[in-house]
Amino acid sequence: MAHHVLEMPIDEAAVRGLAAGDTVTLERILYGIRDATLIAMFDRDRRTRFDLAGHAMLHTAPNVRKVPASPEHPTGYAPVCIGTTTSMRMERFTRPLMEREGVRIIIGKGGLGEATLAALRDLGGAYLAVIGGAAALETTWIEAIEDVDLDDLHPESLWRFRIKDFGPLLVGMDSSGNSLYERVGEAVAARRAAVLAKIGASG
Amino acid sequence: MQLDMTEIETIARDLYIRALKLLPDDIKSGFSRLRQGETDRTGRAILDTMVENVAVAERTKNLLCQDTGIPIYNVWIGHDVTFDGVALKEAIRRGCERATREHPLRSSVVHPITRRNEQTSCGAGVPIIHVDFTETPETVEIEMIPKGSGSENGSFLRMLVPADGVAAVKRFVIDRVIEAGGKVCPPTIVGVGIGGTSDLCMHLAKIAATRPLGSVSADPEGAALEAELSAAVNELGIGPQGLGGRSTAFAVHIEIAATHITMNPVAVNIQCHSARRARAVLTPGGIRFGF
Repeated sequence: MAHHVLEMPIDEAAVRGLAAGDTVTLERILYGIRDATLIAMFDRDRRTRFDLAGHAMLHTAPNVRKVPASPEHPTGYAPVCIGTTTSMRMERFTRPLMEREGVRIIIGKGGLGEATLAALRDLGGAYLAVIGGAAALETTWIEAIEDVDLDDLHPESLWRFRIKDFGPLLVGMDSSGNSLYERVGEAVAARRAAVLAKIGASG
Repeated sequence: MQLDMTEIETIARDLYIRALKLLPDDIKSGFSRLRQGETDRTGRAILDTMVENVAVAERTKNLLCQDTGIPIYNVWIGHDVTFDGVALKEAIRRGCERATREHPLRSSVVHPITRRNEQTSCGAGVPIIHVDFTETPETVEIEMIPKGSGSENGSFLRMLVPADGVAAVKRFVIDRVIEAGGKVCPPTIVGVGIGGTSDLCMHLAKIAATRPLGSVSADPEGAALEAELSAAVNELGIGPQGLGGRSTAFAVHIEIAATHITMNPVAVNIQCHSARRARAVLTPGGIRFGF
């Protein structure tokens, strides 16, 4: 169980060095993306001016405040509260994000499924778990909103955050086909029959 | 007692913001209880971080979770209160819009077909406003629930039949908790509705999911089932965030209603660990805020 500090962006070798159960802290840059952003990019073929190669995508849409643009808030948006949304709705976008945009890391909560696990293995990537609902804490890891694209989708825009000590995050799925979610899922499935028997609900 | 709609508007605004920032005491106690019984190392660390987050939110006066949810207002009106019902609903809606604009909050509400976001946290039928009546004289209670979507997506209805019995109801609850896994941000409150029509059944599940921890089903059979299922779900091993452990749910809550001789409906609605709610009680003596 190693701890890794990653200066984003990273290359394939770095991401393949992450194993399920390891912990990670990210530095420098993190992108925020979610349902509407991904639907626009991949179902409607909209393109971003950002180069996402080697970067990490956080499943989020932030609470922001409109402020005058300044060196501290170059986009005119100040962060209010930034947290993490449930990843599974966006399962089918992992592979296209990696193939077309060169993304290396997905950060979310609740885990992703088999299609993602295959993409992480084939293309070299990892899924990092952040603790959902702990957004007040997560916001303290974000220094500024550096840039924003596709903002007509607000708040589901494509956000670029400047981060400091973003983590610790848990490697939930790695590039060797390991998934902590799959492991827990198998253990839960194995316990199901006994739990149902105990409450007289076998069947 | 006459309701002042300017005051109601301000209360509706303040309740939304309070609900997003202050976790009710019963949920905080729920965390302590789960933490004591948690044997999984990752599970313990996750619970500790969740508790730390509550402290950070209080210290920085920030939102507990970024999901501002679907705004729900439940209103109970007692005897001897004079009000215009249409104006009451309009005032609540304006308060909800003001919270979104003035704090500001992320508007998480869109048109279901165009997906257009009006940036007001409002839309057709939203905020959801339920008005009911109580016997308490000269009292109005307003409860605000920002219902998070990760857990709301963990909603399920099954129109079981009488021959399926209670066993099928229990199995449905267990299997939906398994299906929801980590997606609903465990530890959760698993709200279960039993009986009624399909829509009432689902509404009961929502009432159950948003009831304070420590409260017990008014129906004795419901209360017994709550205790049995609360223990059972925490033996599944799903754990905090679905990463393993005992702390899958703070509790299973059950609300029941009578149903038809041909029917045996069951609904599940889940509340995440950021089980937020806020309450204001208006009397001639003034306003009291709480949970």
